[in-house]
Amino acid sequence: MSRAAGGEIIQFDNVGLRYGTDREVLSDLSFTLHGGRFYFLTGASGAGKTSLLKMLYLAQRPSRGAIRMFGNDAITLPRRALPTLRRRIGVVFQDFRLVPHLSAFDNVALPLRVAGFAEREIAGPVSDILEWVGLADRVNARPAALSGGEQQRIAIARAVIGRPDMLVADEPTGNVDPDMAEKLMRLFEALNRQGTTVVVATHDFHLLNKATSPLIMRLDRGRLSDPTGALRYPPGSPQ
Amino acid sequence: MRRSLHGISRGRRLFAGAEAELVPQARLSGPMPWVIAIMVALTAIALAAGLALGNVVTAATAEIEGGVTVQIIEPRAEVRQAEAERAMKALEATRGIPSVRLVPQSDLDALIEPWLGTGIESATGSAIPVPALIDVRLDGAATPQRIATIQRALAPVAPSARVDAQAGWLRPVFDAIASLQWLAIALVVLLAAALSSAVLLAARSALGVNRDTIEIVHLLGGTDSQIARVFQRSIGVDAAGGGAVGLALALVVILSLGRQFSGLGAGMVDSGALIWTDWLLLAAVPILATLLAMLTARLTVMHALRKML
Repeated sequence: MSRAAGGEIIQFDNVGLRYGTDREVLSDLSFTLHGGRFYFLTGASGAGKTSLLKMLYLAQRPSRGAIRMFGNDAITLPRRALPTLRRRIGVVFQDFRLVPHLSAFDNVALPLRVAGFAEREIAGPVSDILEWVGLADRVNARPAALSGGEQQRIAIARAVIGRPDMLVADEPTGNVDPDMAEKLMRLFEALNRQGTTVVVATHDFHLLNKATSPLIMRLDRGRLSDPTGALRYPPGSPQ
Repeated sequence: MRRSLHGISRGRRLFAGAEAELVPQARLSGPMPWVIAIMVALTAIALAAGLALGNVVTAATAEIEGGVTVQIIEPRAEVRQAEAERAMKALEATRGIPSVRLVPQSDLDALIEPWLGTGIESATGSAIPVPALIDVRLDGAATPQRIATIQRALAPVAPSARVDAQAGWLRPVFDAIASLQWLAIALVVLLAAALSSAVLLAARSALGVNRDTIEIVHLLGGTDSQIARVFQRSIGVDAAGGGAVGLALALVVILSLGRQFSGLGAGMVDSGALIWTDWLLLAAVPILATLLAMLTARLTVMHALRKML
């Protein structure tokens, strides 16, 4: 896994996205994300945050433009090559998307199993991370038996268990209390310090205020602005 | 977290037992094992019927391929007897005829006895003029040319003789049996197609029910093959169980029918008994059904997954 801090890991060039024949929900997106940085993606509801994140975690291809991810052309990359790329990206979905018939333990273990780790290699790390998110006593609980906040933490644990090169989180603190929100932010920061690029979509200004020197990408009606110089290199430098 | 995550070695292996947990087994099963059991039972019975008919044809063909019947159709008993004796001598002197047998009068009487009873001659003063029969075995097939040769050899000594290939009499029976064999083959093919269709529908249904889970696994880096293996394995388990039950049902039917037919004591029916290679073929039915079901499931799932990003 390459974790070269500062290197370009994601490049969007004039990217647009439309669903069906509707107007574009995202237009003219051109930006570069650098390895080891912590980005916030903000914008009002309906601004296109989730659509942009979908392209970042390879759930959606753009209608136009070019995207490079970890040195690969994500547009022309054959389908069979996508799983390898996806395993380098951890995702916290807005609606958690836990597998309903699996226990908390098995949900968190899923990325490792998909990646082919042996069962004996999985138990320790999964137990540790469940303890870290405060759910060590809920390992056998199914998602339906967990509160919204607990499901959120399981989703986050699942996203980070494989130590991805990039973590993409869509409103990760939307269902947790302020204390847990702060704890989760610390988790993201810890992960970021280890070299993982973090992209958090949020419209929670409290969360932004708690971050030190936040790099903010703002979406407004499908177009991107750069109020903190997040998209320059080095981030925050004057144009 | 750092310690524990670094504790994971990169030793990879195939996504084995755990992948079966991705999709709840109960959602894939349902009536599928029973559908497969019925399909396998019907297939095995149809196959057994086809094989038995094939054995009948093979045995009968070998038996009568070189068989020729000479009938001396002469109402006067003494002339008939004299022609039969001369025909016997002429046939024995002909090359390529290893065996000639004059069917005894007692056998001919026995043939008509069920219809006419005994003592006709004493009751009416004259016997029914039944043709004399000579059973001839050639050293090869009774071709039209050889029949003509025999006819020519007999013409001067037994002008009342009529020569027939035994296979010719039974040709309509063989044709009917061949039709039944084709019917059995068609049934086997149709049942295999029905099995594939049932599996295809089950796999599609399971895909629909588990679509969310499959999308999640995809986004976590799961490959099409990994997901297909889940369905393939689940269908395989269903098919193997159903196939075993189906074969057991078929064996009960086949053995019961076999016992009933063997009780008939009829030569042609007896020759249709299954031989050991037939039993091996029957045993292969559930195995082939399982492989077919797994292949169908894999192709169905892979096709559906290709539509996802």
